[in-house]
Amino acid sequence: MLQFILRRLMWFAITMFCVITISFFMMRMVKGGPFSNERALDPAIERNINAKYHLDWSLPRQYFQYVGPLNLDEHRTRLLGGDGTDVFGGVLTLEFGPSFKYKDYTVDQIISQSLPISALLGLVAMMWALALGVSAGVMSALRRGSGLDLTLRLAATGGIALPNFVIASFLIILFVFLVPIFPVAGWGSLKHMILPGLALGAPYAAYIARLTRTGMLEVLSQDHIRTAHAKGLAPRTVIMRHALKGGLLPVVSYLGPATAGILTGSLVIEKIFGISGLGTHFINSALNRDYTLAMGVTILFTFLVYTLNTVVDLAYTMLDPRIELDSI
Amino acid sequence: MQAPSIQDRLRSILPFLLLGSVFATAIVIAGSARLEPADFTFNNATEVATLDPARVTGTPEGRVIRCLFEGLTVKHPETLEPLPGMAESWTISNDGLVYTFNMRKGAQWSNGDPVTAQDFVFSWERFLHPMTAAEYAYQLWYVVGAKDYTTEVDEDGNPVNDFSTVGIKALSDHQLQVTLQNPTPFFMDLMGFYPLFPVNRRNIEEAQERWPDDWEIKWLQPENIVTNGPYNVEYRRVNDRIRFRKSATYWDKDNVAFDTIDCLAIEAAGTALNMYITGEAHYLPNVPINIVRDLLPREDFNPAPFLGTYFYRVNTTKPPFNDKRVRRALALTIDRKAICEKITKAGQLPATALVPPGMPGYKTVSMGPPNVAEAKALLAEAGYGPDGAPFPSLEIHYNTLESHRDIAEVIADSWRVNLGIDAKLLNQEWKVYLDTQSTLGYDVSRSAWIGDYADPNTFLDMFVTGGENNKTGWGNPEYDLLIARAGTEFDPKVRLDILRQAEQILIDEMPILPIYYYSTQNIVAPRLGGFYENIQDEHFPKFWYWMDDEELAKKRAGQNEAVVQVKDVGPPKGKYAPAFNGPLTSPSR
Repeated sequence: MLQFILRRLMWFAITMFCVITISFFMMRMVKGGPFSNERALDPAIERNINAKYHLDWSLPRQYFQYVGPLNLDEHRTRLLGGDGTDVFGGVLTLEFGPSFKYKDYTVDQIISQSLPISALLGLVAMMWALALGVSAGVMSALRRGSGLDLTLRLAATGGIALPNFVIASFLIILFVFLVPIFPVAGWGSLKHMILPGLALGAPYAAYIARLTRTGMLEVLSQDHIRTAHAKGLAPRTVIMRHALKGGLLPVVSYLGPATAGILTGSLVIEKIFGISGLGTHFINSALNRDYTLAMGVTILFTFLVYTLNTVVDLAYTMLDPRIELDSI
Repeated sequence: MQAPSIQDRLRSILPFLLLGSVFATAIVIAGSARLEPADFTFNNATEVATLDPARVTGTPEGRVIRCLFEGLTVKHPETLEPLPGMAESWTISNDGLVYTFNMRKGAQWSNGDPVTAQDFVFSWERFLHPMTAAEYAYQLWYVVGAKDYTTEVDEDGNPVNDFSTVGIKALSDHQLQVTLQNPTPFFMDLMGFYPLFPVNRRNIEEAQERWPDDWEIKWLQPENIVTNGPYNVEYRRVNDRIRFRKSATYWDKDNVAFDTIDCLAIEAAGTALNMYITGEAHYLPNVPINIVRDLLPREDFNPAPFLGTYFYRVNTTKPPFNDKRVRRALALTIDRKAICEKITKAGQLPATALVPPGMPGYKTVSMGPPNVAEAKALLAEAGYGPDGAPFPSLEIHYNTLESHRDIAEVIADSWRVNLGIDAKLLNQEWKVYLDTQSTLGYDVSRSAWIGDYADPNTFLDMFVTGGENNKTGWGNPEYDLLIARAGTEFDPKVRLDILRQAEQILIDEMPILPIYYYSTQNIVAPRLGGFYENIQDEHFPKFWYWMDDEELAKKRAGQNEAVVQVKDVGPPKGKYAPAFNGPLTSPSR
């Protein structure tokens, strides 16, 4: 196990290095900069701005300043109004710098304000996707071929086929305008989370239902289930204790990518429901050429996806004792 | 018995982990303090770049800064003429060069400091300082020595000149004197323009002391920022909202109606409109373009012309566009009326020049109505058409947006049908588009310009030879001379006449193809008082209030019969206007 974690850590460092380096240089290669605007700047003012934000430095120097841990600016990041006292800085000291676009915030502040919102929204979506998906899948599998099975499978296909913004629009028309029980947009109370959570989780619920159904069907036909039934165990016990464990394995392995998908895919939902989560920054920072914010968000997502996948691999071994960590 | 393996142990704590995360969620939900709804909520359509007046440029930032800070003047909400703000009165010397402002006695910052002439000297020095890197610094370059102060820097980025060379002086605590390079008739307009609003010296200096490494961010945090306007910042969350609370130290606080205002950062116009319809927002600065037609008859949507022009730039460095006959032919075949009626739909006016109508005292120029015959003749004269060379295919360049594409399609089509020109569309992502435009990598490129102040100069000085915002490669020494002369002319009538001559040259040579003049897109709760459509689409929150039933009924009685009344999303009980007795009268100088 220790070996497994060490190996993962090593790969983590390599992945991070590649992601940071490639995105840093890719972003600088794209045309246009954070301060290009419909109103072109006077050349003298542009010079002042570039000096303040180190954009007049060579690219490698900007890169090393960004990565850290040494602060290469003797004025200590002019853009923060520093006076040269702080010797360290950069990503290696966990400082992502100030946002180029939102000048009142550092990237750390933006992330710490918006990540909890996205995480909460993702959690709500994930919880309901799991609850609905697993129960629908199990029911489908138990009554294979019945009308119920067919209906659930149709619904699942619909859920996968319909993009979440279409589902969101339906939900808004239904529960805001026809039957006004939920607020139309915003964030702050439990009521605000229901509709976006439903819309965001719907495709995942559908996919989980399909995975569960397939997994359950496979397990239900196995010998140990037949033995359990023969032993005289109640059907409920057989399903809950013996069948589910094996039947849910595909779902567990799907959770890693699903969580990553929910986190990065929440931007449309966040836009529709006016939620100030991280998803919006994912797109806007690139459009605004907000170099530091775009880097910060990219690094964060890399970290999240990597960690979640590792956690899922760990969870896998807990559900299925046959799987050894060292073999993953 | 064998000791349990790590895996077994992990397996046994898994349920607790799950439970724990659910609890944590519950705590987060319960712990996030819920904000009471504000007295008034408006959408700002985007997160603002900053609250620092010195470092902003955009319209959304203006809406926020007008809540927080106040300049020497405030603009009248309808006519936009300067009303006393931080300056109680002012005098202008006979040659139009020296402005003396008498500061309002008793005006206070939210930390209790008096607002003095020195505050403006400090703020404007900071605004012009190269290290502040203010994008709008040129708005003060009309002042003696200001331009040199910003632009002449040493290796470290510090100004070469001393600030004493700049014509901004505090004669006493209560008198501010500004000396201009040239008479600038719109200078009083600029005094109510948000980048020139003051900031508190102690606010910044204390932040510098406490947080030497990131004071430029710290002084603006809600708990630190000091303001002199009608509101303070109470709460702020990025991309969500800014909650303003009425300032207890504002000089005119008795006439400020709302205790709290929420400024939202909702980007999707559809979402914002949904919030407006459900009464969660009371004023939106724009509406989804596809439903404009349905909104037009409503009492709460009254588009009015404002100082903005939508036009195409032509790359005059590239044949065949270096021939002004070709440019005029292109301009003459654009069906502007169809664009305004079928695409933009919200009261925009077909443009026949660069400067929009409504500039006080300025008589507009016109390129004349569309004329296909003349266009064909011009093109033939230039050597193209049936008897000449085939016209090379051209590209219409625009930034990726549906409405720009629709307009480009109509124009491409009319060029194809009328002139036989093969016009293709080329769309680019915003920043790439800007780059292409400023490096002249286009044939014909979509553009727009919103006036900074109500004077033709804000449009016309854009096209002087080599100007950063010219972006067409066009230049005309006579034009440059006229713009320069207008800058030194003191007689307003003569000056506007000179500017008009300049615009006539621009329209004769057509480095730009005018398309339409903008109209405002505000949708405003019927009950909101103190809000007027005006030619700069600039609105001052200190004048806003909720009308009582009587006033609302009176307003509605004056409306046209055809106007559709909508549900008056109302204020919570008892939040009607206090002492405000609009409409305002202009002060005597």
